[in-house]
Amino acid sequence: MTHWLIAPVVLPAMLAPFIVLAARYHIGIQRVFSIVGVLMLIAISGGLAWTASDGTIMLYQLGDWAAPFGIVLVGDQLSTLMILLTSVLALFVLVYAISSGWDDRGRHFHALFQFQLMGILGAFLTGDLFNLFVFFEVLLIASYGLMIHAGGTKRLRAGVQYVLFNLIGSTLFLFALGSIYAETGTLNMADLANRVALISPEETVGIRVAAVLLLLVFAIKAALVPLHFWLPSSYAEAPAPVAALFAIMTKVGAYAIIRVYTMIFPPDLDVTAGLHDTWLLPAALLSLAIGMIGVLAAKQLDRLVAFSIIGSMGMVMVSIALFTPEGIAAALYYIIHSTLAGAALFLIADLARSGRANLALTPQPPIAGATLTAGLFFAGAIAMAGLPPLSGFLGKLLVLDAAFDTTRMVWIWVIVLGSSLISVVGFARAGSVVFWKARSVTPDDDAPMAEPPATMAYVAVGGLIALLALHTILAGHMHSYTTSIAAQLFAPEPYISTVLETPGKLSEPGEDH
Amino acid sequence: MELLLASAIGIMTAAGIYLVLRLRTFPVILGISLLTYAVNVFLFTSGRVAIGAPPVLRDNVTTYTDPLPQALVLTAIVISFGMTAVVVMIGLGAFLGSNDDHVDDQPETSDDLSEGQS
Repeated sequence: MTHWLIAPVVLPAMLAPFIVLAARYHIGIQRVFSIVGVLMLIAISGGLAWTASDGTIMLYQLGDWAAPFGIVLVGDQLSTLMILLTSVLALFVLVYAISSGWDDRGRHFHALFQFQLMGILGAFLTGDLFNLFVFFEVLLIASYGLMIHAGGTKRLRAGVQYVLFNLIGSTLFLFALGSIYAETGTLNMADLANRVALISPEETVGIRVAAVLLLLVFAIKAALVPLHFWLPSSYAEAPAPVAALFAIMTKVGAYAIIRVYTMIFPPDLDVTAGLHDTWLLPAALLSLAIGMIGVLAAKQLDRLVAFSIIGSMGMVMVSIALFTPEGIAAALYYIIHSTLAGAALFLIADLARSGRANLALTPQPPIAGATLTAGLFFAGAIAMAGLPPLSGFLGKLLVLDAAFDTTRMVWIWVIVLGSSLISVVGFARAGSVVFWKARSVTPDDDAPMAEPPATMAYVAVGGLIALLALHTILAGHMHSYTTSIAAQLFAPEPYISTVLETPGKLSEPGEDH
Repeated sequence: MELLLASAIGIMTAAGIYLVLRLRTFPVILGISLLTYAVNVFLFTSGRVAIGAPPVLRDNVTTYTDPLPQALVLTAIVISFGMTAVVVMIGLGAFLGSNDDHVDDQPETSDDLSEGQS
């Protein structure tokens, strides 16, 4: 049993208290520890992803208690890919936060950041539904602190909405867990997969309620219409680096849906038949449409980016809702793309904010460093709207291709293509008003030109765009890897047997328990 | 006993949902507290109700109650307690800053836009 699997959870969990207790008045030391911690996370999760890439399923039994009695962490291809994506994103976000001075505008940014990483990485690695709840709460409580970082009345008001919405989501999660436990007597995912399949068709009321409740909880996390109302104002009001990190949080919801609804409630299970195609797919198409219409209708640049996040989550969920190996593979490719593109756009909106009175989509005097910011916005908008040559286009193509043979092909193609057109118009309008029309406004002579953003801030954003470009160039490799992940997800037997048959305490054969 | 627990959960959930749908922060927080009480009792009963039965192994005892939901409830209580404290603090900060405790978005005025940066 390798102990490396728990390192992505333990490392930030140790670093964060250290930063609070030992370095609370030394922003320099905090920055060093935060960056070093994230670099180590990248190394560890890279190593784990490398180990898992050949199909190995890593298992970590806490306290050596065997599943289903003990809590387990499981690293397969999907979860290690997601933790690698999270730690890489965290590095660029952290570089931006430090270079733009965001981390110094309130207290405890780095400690909360580490706790947030601990929650996200734990949620990706856990093999137990109740533990998933606990890690959700860890990431949420850190995100409440990050969300209102640097204060301000508007941010606090948006924070209240965000916290209340998520508290209701957590309560729903507990209700779902209670009903699952009452029906099956276990909360370990692998064990659940076995037991749910045994429930006879006449006695499925409880487990069906639980399946729908769980889907609602994950849909709240993934900001699926009509459960998306928390997202626009909280992402737009959150500090830009925090909003960029939050780009991975919606993907936690998508990850949970993929994990639970391929393993515990697979698409061919009678109990939950109709949940995917009757409910999830229309909701996903609606989020795609509403998100991209929101891009066109937004009056502020940060709201526009928040709505594009909803739209891109809609795209991911459309692909997931197909529940075919092709669909999941396309969704995973698109998840990587939309995380990077969404984070980059939030940071670019923050670059544009420095030097402008606000982010309203009105012509205002030129901002410092406008050329570079405009160029980055151009690249980010192309990626998010899904135009060639960046990976958004390829991701969209994969989704369309996966939907080609299905009965809903017409709906999916019409809405995906139509919403792309709307988002192109929306992004083009925003970019031309913010960056081009600035030349037509004569600046006040007495108002001094604001300082251009720091170079390292551009490096962070440029790094994210470069990763997008890399994601495009290596699309073949990435897609064949996501295809093998999807194959692993649709053949969960090795996962289940690894989790349940690895010996530990309480699992000696013949012993009565 | 089952009837008592079930109706308690039902009434608390109904009251909680009603309060959550109110417009101001204080009733909403009360509603969420009620919902968490309801869910705690619900989790507790998810291991079946066994009265007077011990949760850990003892000599000469044949009936046991399921110990796992009790551990789950303990975790849920701690988490919801912490979360309620956080939301009260944030709600208080928002109320003191804007002298208004509505949960929903208020129509924006032009000075709202310009103070939105920091």
